[in-house]
Amino acid sequence: MMGQILFALLLIAAIALFTRSIRRVVRNIRLGRPEPINGRRAERWRTMALVALGQSKMVARPVAGIMHILIYAGFVIINIEVLEIIIDGLFGTHRIGAVLGPFYDFLIGSFEVLAVGVLLACVVFIARRAVLQLPRFRKPEMKGWPSKDAMIILVVEIALMSAFLTMNAADLALQELGDAHYPPAGSYPVSAGLAAAFGLTGLQPASLALIERSAWWFHIIGILAFLNYLPYSKHFHIVLAFPNVWYGKLEPRTQVANMPRITGEVRSMIDPSVPPPEPAPARTVAGAEMPERFGAKDVFDLSWKSLMDAYSCTECGRCTSECPANLTGKLLSPRKIMMDTRDRLEEVGKAIDAKGKWEDDGNSLHTRISEEELWACTTCNACTQACPVNIDPVGIILEMRRYKVMEESSTRPALTGMFNNVENNGAPWAFGPDKRLDWANDVNG
Amino acid sequence: MEQIRIPTMAEFAATGEVPEVLFWVGCAGSFDDRARKITKAFVRILNAAKVKFAVLGQEETCTGDPARRAGNEFLFQMQALQNVTVLNGYGVKRIVTACPHCFNTLKNEYPALGGSYEVLHHTQFINALLKEGRIKVEGGGFQGKRITFHDPCYLGRGNGEYEAPREVLLKLDAALVELKRSRQNGLCCGAGGAQMFKEAEPGTREVNIERSEEALGAKPDVIAAGCPFCNTMLTDGVKHFNKEGEVKVKDIAELIAEASDL
Repeated sequence: MMGQILFALLLIAAIALFTRSIRRVVRNIRLGRPEPINGRRAERWRTMALVALGQSKMVARPVAGIMHILIYAGFVIINIEVLEIIIDGLFGTHRIGAVLGPFYDFLIGSFEVLAVGVLLACVVFIARRAVLQLPRFRKPEMKGWPSKDAMIILVVEIALMSAFLTMNAADLALQELGDAHYPPAGSYPVSAGLAAAFGLTGLQPASLALIERSAWWFHIIGILAFLNYLPYSKHFHIVLAFPNVWYGKLEPRTQVANMPRITGEVRSMIDPSVPPPEPAPARTVAGAEMPERFGAKDVFDLSWKSLMDAYSCTECGRCTSECPANLTGKLLSPRKIMMDTRDRLEEVGKAIDAKGKWEDDGNSLHTRISEEELWACTTCNACTQACPVNIDPVGIILEMRRYKVMEESSTRPALTGMFNNVENNGAPWAFGPDKRLDWANDVNG
Repeated sequence: MEQIRIPTMAEFAATGEVPEVLFWVGCAGSFDDRARKITKAFVRILNAAKVKFAVLGQEETCTGDPARRAGNEFLFQMQALQNVTVLNGYGVKRIVTACPHCFNTLKNEYPALGGSYEVLHHTQFINALLKEGRIKVEGGGFQGKRITFHDPCYLGRGNGEYEAPREVLLKLDAALVELKRSRQNGLCCGAGGAQMFKEAEPGTREVNIERSEEALGAKPDVIAAGCPFCNTMLTDGVKHFNKEGEVKVKDIAELIAEASDL
């Protein structure tokens, strides 16, 4: 009975804590500019089914892709086992799923196989980081916490899977001893071997029960702890990948979203009878007035979708390893753009939590992301193509360029020349419209 | 040889006629010496196919693509609204352009500003002319040559068009050699996002050098391009490796015009 009460308290605490974290993340995402995402629902569901559920972009790199699918399938399916653990924990039952009979045997058997798959994939992933040291895991933005975070996740997953198999092995040994509390249930293709290999069958029932219960508690406490680690980790992608793909950009990659406010301004410039648009009223965000801005100075000026992108990023670096600027030694790393956005958003969120409202701290997104990074982007969209969860770093880069150019009049000198040419000559080069048809003079030649 | 006339939309409007398609020449196609050759080649194809086309001439102005991508939304919209007014004034329905950047802007970005047209890249248009039998290609001097195609980001990855340029190239009876980074994984030439008009940011090498090295690695006789900016970047890259004597960088329109002796 004590165990059940303890379990219920733990479960409630873990869920309450997780809910609080989620509300905080949602609050942070909502600090972004409102951007209605309407329509094309069928296409959105289809894209989500294909990209998030179906992992279609993961397999662009087959080794990592297949390993990832293994962990993903393991995670999704082993959650059925977690459901059983929760029911058993709350009601003091043992292997409640056994009522399913042979189907239960099949389930447990397949969980065991998957658990081994997950274990192996995690070991390979650790090796890729620690031994092979793949270049994309060793970029400057990966120093410190990002690399530790990745390792913590992999080690925890190994520990959880090991606990799961240990629990099963001890359970099987107890079943074979005919222990009244452990009636025969389930099929154990992997842990049967473990039980034999570690000589579990020779142990006393009391010792076996201790191992079984310890592994059981370790497994479920580990899962609850891991759940609460997610919102602080890149691993949060397991939650956000789905909505992030659903809300993702469906327009052609190279299409830049329009700024209707500027359309109004320009229309009134061209035609004096059209009144200039009224500036949008300042938005109140976390108790602070946010003026309407052209482009993005800070996270408040980015679309909420860009902020969701930042929380969905798992720092895999496929974007950066495809980025032509990064490949040629330039400072830009699309992954760093996403990490910087998330870090700044977290910083802002913490400040709001501490003071109850937002007060300008003198920093912005531009404190973290330099002009050199922004101006290195060719908008080729190799990054958006490579991202397994359809994150759009180009959108953020473009909004930040807009702020630089339109609010601060800060650009690269040669671009000022290009702007002047377009404005005065209607071409990025210094040739007037009167020369535009000169090519036709010798078209027959 | 029959003289090619370059009619303008204004001339068509004066006679009350409507051309089959508006050829959007673009700034590069109008002013850049290298790109002008692409423009002329495409016009020779249009002429051979008896396509009733027109250009805007002096009424055409930059689509605003480089301004928008460099963050100058005001300037972009000033250009775009001006162009939309002109295009809508002539009742333009169909546009073809040899520049993937103009293509992307006209096709995807002008609708939000009141300009909706059917926009085609010239490789799509040439492909249709070939399929309809309006022009024929016998392969000409490119039979058996090794040709590799560099996907322009704004045509391929941006707008999902990978096949039209390849289908056209296959008509040359050449050996089409795919680059390692091709189609959706194609590597940028380094000019997009307004980079064409500025110094590259500091790095270890230039993007066009990286791309040209890869293209030269395929040992081609011709590197085929479908974008005036890619063309310039790759031409510079080939020169960087002193290979301009052996490897030519040519637009698909130029290849078709040459093969058909237009």
